[in-house]
This record gives sequence, structure tokens and C-alpha cells, in this order.
Amino acid sequence: MTAWEPVIGLEMHVELDTETKMFCGCAVTKGDPPNTHTCPVCLAHPGALPVVNQRAVEYATRIALALHCTVPARNVFHRKNYFYPDLPKAYQISQYDEPLAVDGWFEYRVGDETLRCRIDRVHMEEDAAKLVHAGGEAGRIAGSEYSVVDFNRGGTPLIEIVTEPDIPSPAAAREFLQQLRALVIELGVSACSMEEGQIRWDANISVRPAGSDELGTRTELKNMNSFRFLQQALEAELPRQAEVLEAGGRIEQETLHFDPDTGLTTPLRSKEEAHDYRYFPEPDLVPLEMDPAWVEEVRAALPELPAARIERFVTQYGLSRQDASVLGAQRPLAEFYEQVVAQGVDAKPAANWTMGEYLAHLNAAGLEPGHGFVTPERLAKLVALVAEGSISSSAGREVFARMVEDRAEPGEVVETHGLGQISDEAALEELVARVVADNPAQAEQYRGGKQQVLGFFVGQVMKATEGRANPKLVSELLRKALA
Amino acid sequence: MSGVLDPLRLKAREAKRLLVDGEVSAAELTKVYLDQIAAVEDRVHAYVLVTSDNAAKYSTKIDREMQAMRGPLAGLPVAVKDNMVTEGVTTTCASRILHNYAPVYTATAVRRLWDAHVVMLGKTNLDEFAMGSSTENSGVQVTANPWDLATVPGGSSGGSAAAVAAGEALWALGSDTGGSIRQPAALCGVVGMKPTYGAVSRYGLIAFASSLDQIGPLTRSVYDCALLLRHIVGKDPHDATSVELPFEVELPEGDRLDGLTVGIPGEYLALGIEPGVRARFDETVALVEELGGRCVEISLPHTEYALPAYYIIAPAEASANLARFDGVRYGHRAEGAADLREMYERTRGEGFGAEVKRRIMIGTYALSAGYYDAYYGRAQRVRTMVRRDFARAFEGVDLIVSPTSPTVAFRAGSRTDDPLAMYMSDICTIPANLAGLPALSIPCGLSDGLPVGFQLIGPAFSENRLLGAAHALEGALGFETAPSFRDSSASAVAGEARS
Amino acid sequence: MITDDDVRYVARLARLRLEPDEAERMTGELAKILGHIDKMSELDIGDVPPTAHVLDVVNVLRRDAPRPSLDRADALRNAPSVADDSFRVPRMG
Repeated sequence: MTAWEPVIGLEMHVELDTETKMFCGCAVTKGDPPNTHTCPVCLAHPGALPVVNQRAVEYATRIALALHCTVPARNVFHRKNYFYPDLPKAYQISQYDEPLAVDGWFEYRVGDETLRCRIDRVHMEEDAAKLVHAGGEAGRIAGSEYSVVDFNRGGTPLIEIVTEPDIPSPAAAREFLQQLRALVIELGVSACSMEEGQIRWDANISVRPAGSDELGTRTELKNMNSFRFLQQALEAELPRQAEVLEAGGRIEQETLHFDPDTGLTTPLRSKEEAHDYRYFPEPDLVPLEMDPAWVEEVRAALPELPAARIERFVTQYGLSRQDASVLGAQRPLAEFYEQVVAQGVDAKPAANWTMGEYLAHLNAAGLEPGHGFVTPERLAKLVALVAEGSISSSAGREVFARMVEDRAEPGEVVETHGLGQISDEAALEELVARVVADNPAQAEQYRGGKQQVLGFFVGQVMKATEGRANPKLVSELLRKALA
Repeated sequence: MSGVLDPLRLKAREAKRLLVDGEVSAAELTKVYLDQIAAVEDRVHAYVLVTSDNAAKYSTKIDREMQAMRGPLAGLPVAVKDNMVTEGVTTTCASRILHNYAPVYTATAVRRLWDAHVVMLGKTNLDEFAMGSSTENSGVQVTANPWDLATVPGGSSGGSAAAVAAGEALWALGSDTGGSIRQPAALCGVVGMKPTYGAVSRYGLIAFASSLDQIGPLTRSVYDCALLLRHIVGKDPHDATSVELPFEVELPEGDRLDGLTVGIPGEYLALGIEPGVRARFDETVALVEELGGRCVEISLPHTEYALPAYYIIAPAEASANLARFDGVRYGHRAEGAADLREMYERTRGEGFGAEVKRRIMIGTYALSAGYYDAYYGRAQRVRTMVRRDFARAFEGVDLIVSPTSPTVAFRAGSRTDDPLAMYMSDICTIPANLAGLPALSIPCGLSDGLPVGFQLIGPAFSENRLLGAAHALEGALGFETAPSFRDSSASAVAGEARS
Repeated sequence: MITDDDVRYVARLARLRLEPDEAERMTGELAKILGHIDKMSELDIGDVPPTAHVLDVVNVLRRDAPRPSLDRADALRNAPSVADDSFRVPRMG
């Protein structure tokens, strides 16, 4: 049996948060009554003409630069021709062989690994209108009696990002998308709202014998907007392809639909023959010449990108690359961490507490970093209390939990619940002496050479102090007492 | 009221003087044209829609509010080709598919005239979607040439040209993609101009071929042409392909052509120019020299490839521009379609005429998978060669001249069975569209009683040079004949014989 | 040259319903027109670049500031069929 490896490429469409549409001055809005944000241009009335939105070009360029793309000196728009009710001109103004940007890459983490996916291109186009199927079964095409079109969304600026087929697994696909989405949000060009369909993607899927270079026939999953369904669909489709090929069959190049209920991918009922888009340069728009100085301005104004930030965390905070990747990949957590360190605590313990208790707490409570009761100041205080020995490490975990529950300052929690670490040598000496006296047999064993019995004594002291004794000091004193 | 208001001869310049001097009111002036329409329209059929009530009311308003509503064009009645959208007035593009279209905005060029207080008399007939050279492709009606009602007025701005020639408008707006202003102007004995590509906004001009279309004037004199052009040129934020002219359009004055070098392209004269047209052309060239101009032979070597290139580029762009007519948002929709595909196919099958369908088919074919390089790709490169021919020629000459049309007005129905023969009407005019250059046609005489047009082509943005030269030539030509509305068709002649 | 199958394919692509006699006539007419257009293939094109725009203009851009949209009544005014304040079309089929 051959080992088959997944070959996955993704094509993402991101709606930009500009004020107006790509080619006309209608406002870009969400949730307003149908057909209240239209004009002759986005309704494709006879005689109407497009004019390019300057901010859309800027935002698109930000994305391109953040993905380390080359921005060629010139780009043009093309017409992509096909008939559909949500496409009023019966062509989409898009970009074809002279797009805004090419040849970039994006690094993302999957578990402990950092993977790199090449970006083929980034280009600008316009979104289609909203087509809703009525009558029939719950909004599905099959069985619907008619459809209605709302042109509010039609013409919204859309950025298409196409990857090379570098994604090695369903889990990687999911991580890639989530992390790319986080990047785009950081750039301030789109909220990438999932509910509002501001980010959608197609996946191109094939398999090949492990280690091979060749690309097999691929199938396509279109227009998804759920990370979970994407992963499930890939997990269904990849084995299906492997099975077909293993049995000597061929993969048909087709568009698939994923049914989350059955967990199966099936070919979409073919509405028509493969599209012949008849691309030609858009005569109503003149070319864009990208002034290098302006492109550099856009680059300079980019927020710190994840790759750069991770590097900085390694050098500035002395973190391992792994820890730096966890903390530095996304701005909100990275900012939180840096604010903790800024309070004056050491970078490494701050990192451990942020990646450990804090991250777990965020996941459990469903919070975004920087939200909720645990502020950088409070976490820093906790880290400091442990560092200076006022509380033990394990007590610290309890302090964290109670801090969240009681909404109380760490210091208060220590007081209220008596979690302070006992480091009073005199008091401990007395206790140590008593414990040793109370356990002569074990003392005998220790003195006889069984070093591990020390643990027993430490345990006894901790029990007597309800876990608050400074373990290091206790060990020291016990050794002295048992010597 | 003065007795000299002959709608067949009155020009805008004089009409304005009469208005300003108070010799005629705006309402009276408009009425002159409305009366002429009433008198001859049943023979000419230039108008798809005459907006007589609006025109009468508006002209009356102008008289009343003369202080507020003044300016160089105020009160002057204009006809507008029905491929420019006019809010509040149905715009059909002479097509069944738009028979009931009520525009929600107004074309910029028309808006500029409205803002200058012109009086719109109505919307004129055209070949459907501006595709044609005789106006016989109109989905509404056939327009007759006022010089001989059995002949065509040319196309696609045949309605506008006929209206001006027939005295049914003082002047008119048309559009020109391959000669659609100049050729009907020539066939109808009026002045017609296509400006430099980009000089006039295309916003609101129902697109035929986006990289070739331009709006321009049809008038009874070169001066009027300049006057109308002045008011419609200029960059429009709604049209990304519009530009600000680097100068103001001047009203021409001179009567000499001293210092002007004029090129005569041998290739144009080899394009099957009929003898009568050639004779008038040669006489006009001689006149150029009498006026001090110097005429030289030049070569535009790729001329014969201009027509084939045009008949790929224009239909290709048109096939995409006309795809929006799908019955979803406006216009005709086929009844009782079982599903979307049927609705699309029948709507467009029912709504478009034969020539439009032909061009959509050619255009779609030329762009389809596997054919792009051989057809559209190649045609755009031939286009570059045509542009370079002109650029080279203009290094040595100031203007280029030719006959506007190879023939005078041809008989209605004589070319409708042969699309290629119809396309040949535009061989002299197409190259200027491919190169984006300004060009105009002025009447230079008659041949067999029908008007002959003389074409002048200039480099980009040479409108003033063109208008100045044309004005001087016009003065020397002294072409003052007006159409007689005769009808040479067999039935008419027979009818005359019988009566 | 252009065949009946080509004509059928192109008509589908262009969403044009042609009656049988129309389609037949169309094939002949298109063949003739394309025959004339083929004259272009005589030319040695060399590496002459295509003209996409006769204008020597680039970078025409619009400020991202909202302009008034149409009233919905105007947007729907010409609609052949309306439902739920939207443009109604037949089912996909």
C-alpha cells in the first residue's frame, strides 16, 4: 500500500473595511435593509462606469507586504465574464495576469513546528451581491422556486489571496487560516468577521505518493466559512482520494460539497460546463503604477509582523524559539506579555506564567488576551510574589485561581487565605526538630543512607504548615537536623 | 418675430444672437423646431421620442427666468441620441430589450448641457446599441435621409444627423465608435465631430465599445460644433477614462490655411471611393491649397487592417458590455421562463436584433478559450500599428484628410442582407477611433444630388487646429444647400407619375 | 472555420437563444465575417505590444468617501419582478 501525502492549497477572499465600495461611492455596510446602498454603477445600469477606491488599493498593498510579496511596478484590472444574478454586469472586475502582488510567504505554527506556506498572488476585485434562494428547502438551491438578489454587498472591495499547494494536513490548513486571519485583523484592513462572511475560502485538494514532487488532479471545496468544517471536509476528502487512487482509479477534477451531517464530500451538481471566463483588460479603468516610495510608506506603516516579533522576543527576552512563537504569534497575547514584563518582573517566569495559567484561564473562560480581571499588573504581582519567595509556586497557582474567582488582588488573596509562604527560619527550625523527633524510625533510615526519605520529612513539614513552608528552606533545615 | 427663422438653415450662433437681442423668445425658437418636427417627422422618423411638452414648458421657463437661466447655450434646442441616459425620459438605445427603461441618472455630457439651459427636443433614433452604419438596425423604426427619403441617413447616429439636416433640431449630440457621428454627418450634409478619446465623459453613454466610444456634436456649422463641444468636454470623476483637455476649445475664426500642411493617405483613396465622392474630395483638396495649405501624399500602411481589427475589438468589448442586459434589474424579461437559464436566453434572444446578436457572437467567440491570442490579442496589436502609422505621419503633417465615406447615401435595404458590405461604410472613419484621435466631417458638395463629406483628422488634443481649419474650409466651400425631402423610391416616383 | 457546434457553444456562453434558422444563418454570416477578419493573420506582428488603452493615463483613483445611494424605490423602479424589496429571479434550474 502506498503512503499518500496531502497537497492542499487555499484561496481566501477577504472583504475590506473601507467606507465605500470598490468601484463606486456607495457605503459598505452590514445588516441594512435590502437594496438601500446601491447606485447606477453597482446595479450595472446602462452607461455606468467604475472608478477605483484609493483606500482599497492601500489596504490591499498592506496585506501584500505583510505576506512578504513583491509588488510589481504596474497592475491592471481585467473583466472575468460569466452570467449569474448576483453579478450585475455579468462580469466581475478582477485581476488576471498583472495582479497587485506575487511571490510571498506566511509562516504559521502547527503544534511545536513552524511551517512556511508560499503565497502565489494577492489581487483586488469586487464582491458579488447576495443571492437568497426562496421557496423550497431552507435556503438551498435544490427545490427553490425563485431567488432574490440584494445588491447592498455587491461591489464591496474583495482581496483574493492564493497560496501555493504547500499545506501538508487538515490541521495545518486550519492553523494557517486562523493565523492568517489574525494577521489580516492586525493590519486593520478587515474585521474578518466570520458571521458576516467577511472571510471565505476555497480549498484545492489532492494527494500524491509520499515524497513525490508531482501534483495530482485536484478537487475543489468552495466558499467555506467555518474552520471546523474545513478540517472535517479535508479529513473526509483526503482518504477518499487515496482510496480511489489506491484502487487504480482516477480523480475527477470537480467541485465538491461537504455535508457536515454525513461527513461526506460529494460532487456539486454541475450547473453548467466549466467556465470560459474570456478575460480581457478592463477598458473602463486605466493601469495602476505603484510608486515605490509610496509602497515603502505603506510598508513602514505596517504594524510589527508576527515573524519579526517572534525574533525580537528571542533576542530581547531570551526566550526559546518555541516560547517566543507561542507568545509572539498574535498581537493581543504578545502585548499582554510585554506589559507584564514591563512591570519589572523577569522575562522567563513571566513567560511561563503567561503561557501556563493565564492562557489556560483564557481558554476556559473564553476570553481574549487583555480582557477580564487578570490584567498585566495583577499577573506581574503574582509572578513577583513567587519570585521573591513570599509564596511557593504551587501556592501561586491557587492564588491565580482565587484571584479570578474572588476578583481580588493577589496580595489580598494571599492574606485572606493564608497562602503566604513561611520562610521564618526560627519557626521552621522548631518545627523541623519536632518532626524529626516524632519520626525516629525514618530518621534512622535516612542516617543509614536512604536519602529519598528526606521527601517523607519534607512532606510532614508541609502537612504541618498546610503547604506553606518554603520547601527549599525546609529541605536545608532538615538536612542539617538529620545530619 | 423675424421672418428669417428657417429651421433648415438657422445656426446656433445666429439663434443665440436673436435670443440675446430679444428678436425671438426661447419659447418661439423651440416652437420653430417643434413645428418642423410636426411637418416632416412622418417622412423622416428621426426621433424615437419627441419631448414636446417638456421642451415647450422649459423654454417658457427660460423666458420667464432669463436672469437666472442665461449663458451661451441657454434656450438653444438640442436633440440627443437615444443611447445617452436621461433621467425622467425613457431611453431605449433603439432596442426592444430597453423599450421601457426609465433611467435613474443622466449622462454627464447631457447633464452639462441641461445645466447650461439647453432645451431638449427629444431622443433620436440610432442603430440598435449603436451597431450599424445606416440606422436600419434600429429596433424601433427606420430613419430616412431628408436628401432622398429612399436612402439611409447613415449610422449609427442617423437620427441625430437626419434631425439636424431636416431642420428638426438646431443641433444634436451623437456618439462615434467607428464613424457613427462622421459618416451620418457626411451622408446628411451636416458637420459631425468625434473628439479625442477621453475628451468627453462616457458616463451615461450606453457602452458599445468602451475603448472606442466618444460623444460628439452634429451641427450645421463648424462654429456651432465648437460651441457645443466646449460645453461637454472635461474630466469627469465618474469616468476614469476621461481627461481634462490641456486647453480650452476655441470658437474658430480664420478663413485661411496658410502654414498648414495636410496629408492625403494614398491607402484611403484606394478603398473603393466612388467617383462622385472622389471628385468632390479632389476639388476640396484643391481648395485647401488655394487657401494657403500645402497638401502632401502620405502613407498609413496598415489602413487595410484597421477594419478587421475593429471588427474584433468592438464586438469583443460589446459582448461584455451587453451582458448586463439579462432581464434581472431592468428592461425586457421573457415571460414564463421555467428557470434562470431559460430566462436569460429567451430575454436576450427576444430583446436583441440580428446585428447585435451577430456582434455579440463574434465578440464572445474572439475572447473564448483558445482564440484570444489569434483574435483579440492580435487585433489590439494591429491597433498599435495603426496608432504608430498616425504618429509617424503627424511628424510631417498637421492634419490628415480623406473622404468621410466611400459613397454617398445608399438606398435603404441595399446592404441589409450583407453585413460585410455594411461594415465597409466605415473604412475611412474606423482608424481614427482605433487611434483615439479627433476627427470631423464637413459637407463639401453634392454628388448625384446627395451630400459628400470631407474628413479631417488631427493628432490627439488638436481640436482647435481641426476646428480652425475646418471653419476656414467651410467658409470657402460655401455649402448652403438644404435637403429637399424628395423620394426617389420606385413607389414614390410611380406615385408622382400617376398623380 | 466556424462550425455549427462552435455557434451553439458561443450562443450558450452568451446566453443567446437562437432559433434554428437563426443559428444556421448565423454560422454562414459569422464565417464570412471571420474570413474577412482573418486578413489580420497576414501581418507579421513581430513583438508589437497590444493597445489596451489609447490614453497615456494611469492611477485614476477615487477618495474613499461615501456618496448618496439611490433610494430603494429608484433602485427597484425598473425591476421586472420584485419580492422582499429585492430583485426576484426564477429558480436556478
